[in-house]
Amino acid sequence: MNTSRQILKKYGIPGKLIVVEGIDGSGKSTQLRLLEKWLRFNNFEVFRTEWNSSDMVKSITSKGKKKANLTPTTFSLLHATDFADRFERNILPLLRAGYFVLADRYIYTAYARDVTRGCNRMWVRKMYDFALKPDLAFYFRVPIDISMDRILSGRPKLKYYEAGMDLNLSNDIYQSYRIFQSKIIEQYESMAKLEGFAVIDATLGIKEQQKLMREKIMRILPQKTKRTIQEIP
Amino acid sequence: MTRISSRPKKTSASTGRQKRTRSVKTDPVRSIKKRKPVWYGNSKLGGMPYLQEHDISGRLIVIEGPDASGRSTQIEMLTARLEADGFAVLNTGLKRSELIGEGILEAKRNVSLGKRTSALFYAADFADQLEHKIIPALQAGYVVLADRYIYTLMARNTVRGIRRLWSSNLYSFALVPDLTFYLDVDPFKLVHRVFAKKQSLDYHESGADMGLSEDMFESFIIYQRKLAKEFEHLKKKYGLVSIDGNKTQEQVNIILQKQISRFLAKVA
Ligand SMILES: Nc1ncnc2c1ncn2[C@@H]1O[C@H](COP(=O)(O)OP(=O)(O)O)[C@@H](O)[C@H]1O
Ligand SMILES: [Mg+2]
Repeated sequence: MNTSRQILKKYGIPGKLIVVEGIDGSGKSTQLRLLEKWLRFNNFEVFRTEWNSSDMVKSITSKGKKKANLTPTTFSLLHATDFADRFERNILPLLRAGYFVLADRYIYTAYARDVTRGCNRMWVRKMYDFALKPDLAFYFRVPIDISMDRILSGRPKLKYYEAGMDLNLSNDIYQSYRIFQSKIIEQYESMAKLEGFAVIDATLGIKEQQKLMREKIMRILPQKTKRTIQEIP
Repeated sequence: MTRISSRPKKTSASTGRQKRTRSVKTDPVRSIKKRKPVWYGNSKLGGMPYLQEHDISGRLIVIEGPDASGRSTQIEMLTARLEADGFAVLNTGLKRSELIGEGILEAKRNVSLGKRTSALFYAADFADQLEHKIIPALQAGYVVLADRYIYTLMARNTVRGIRRLWSSNLYSFALVPDLTFYLDVDPFKLVHRVFAKKQSLDYHESGADMGLSEDMFESFIIYQRKLAKEFEHLKKKYGLVSIDGNKTQEQVNIILQKQISRFLAKVA
């Protein structure tokens, strides 16, 4: 047992963990997919994982969500369960195998949402303290109007919890969504410095943002690898 | 007859922005002293800040103990006695929440969950019961008899290699019970009680997921020993009252009833 642990330790964690954070419609997923393409083109092994996407937990969470009887604490714990499942099953083993793990939302989403819902700040942080610190955490800073325009043009129907309707901020779902998202922005902004977010101006064009992100990633690659990196023709 | 049958309104438990609900006018317990609930977390680490201000008047009594230690039997006997004495009683246990109780069973059948994942899964299930069953019943003045509580969940985590501190931080959202008993039974005796009931050892109560031994019997004994050892720590830390569960049902019941009656009389 001890020796196998020592052997495992020797392997270390050679992979890179890149996460994107920001409110809905800030353009995270768009940028992460472009990043994935670029990394794959350069022959890296890549795994992309999304918030609240574990199959095992999903069916149960949506059952509760439909009934709209989740409390801030159960909401938080179910999302933590989902995260833990992806972390234990995929994220950690793949990082140990040397993958680029791209996470579309990470623990900071829980920090922001759960605290906004009324959970204790320290409690949420301690619950997630088993997670690895990312090599790079991009935060997409965007004014609420712009993100709302982007979201609503593509998909006009807002969901109950997404709009923070459980918080009784407003009876109007759009108004509720706006207030809820603004509160989440406040949370993100309050942790940006401490957590060392790489802030991206999400009002910029898609290409411009991607260029900034790739430059940041180049900086965390080993010299040897860096020289071989190419742009997709 | 006095058990809660309908789920309480979600509004009272879902946010702190609601006004305190005082829907219960008659209190089924003799004592109607309202008081602030006591949580394991302090103001820095409380898990349910949005419920801090809601008063309760009931009492929470927990029976802990290993598989087949006689918890359910004791709770049944205690319930009958308390109800005869005029108390409104609610029974709860782990794995019974409407939200995810079924989900845990399904997940157990189909896939093996990581230790952190199952720890959080059980915590979610427990939180759901705490907020939707236990707290509303305490607000309504019930005596809640809980078949296991956070201690079993924490012990299971610890024996699987999760740090104690992580578990105690996690469960800082839980209410501090008024009384907690631990039915202490020798693991060898437990096996015989289990066999008397169903001739096979439960996969999870044997810690079979931990790969302790190929032999199910051995696995059960090793696992129960580990849990018992962890409970020694928990008893001290959380002040659980240890009861010798090797005695007969009747003997154990007399001890429990005496302690509970004394406590309820004292707080009445
Ligand atoms: N820089 C940008 N400028 C304008 N529209 C964008 C930009 N980035 C993304 N979008 C569009 O905004 C919408 C939301 O983007 P998405 O990447 O899904 O955001 P998120 O993942 O942060 O919710 C999509 O329709 C996308 O095409
Ligand atoms: Mg997205």
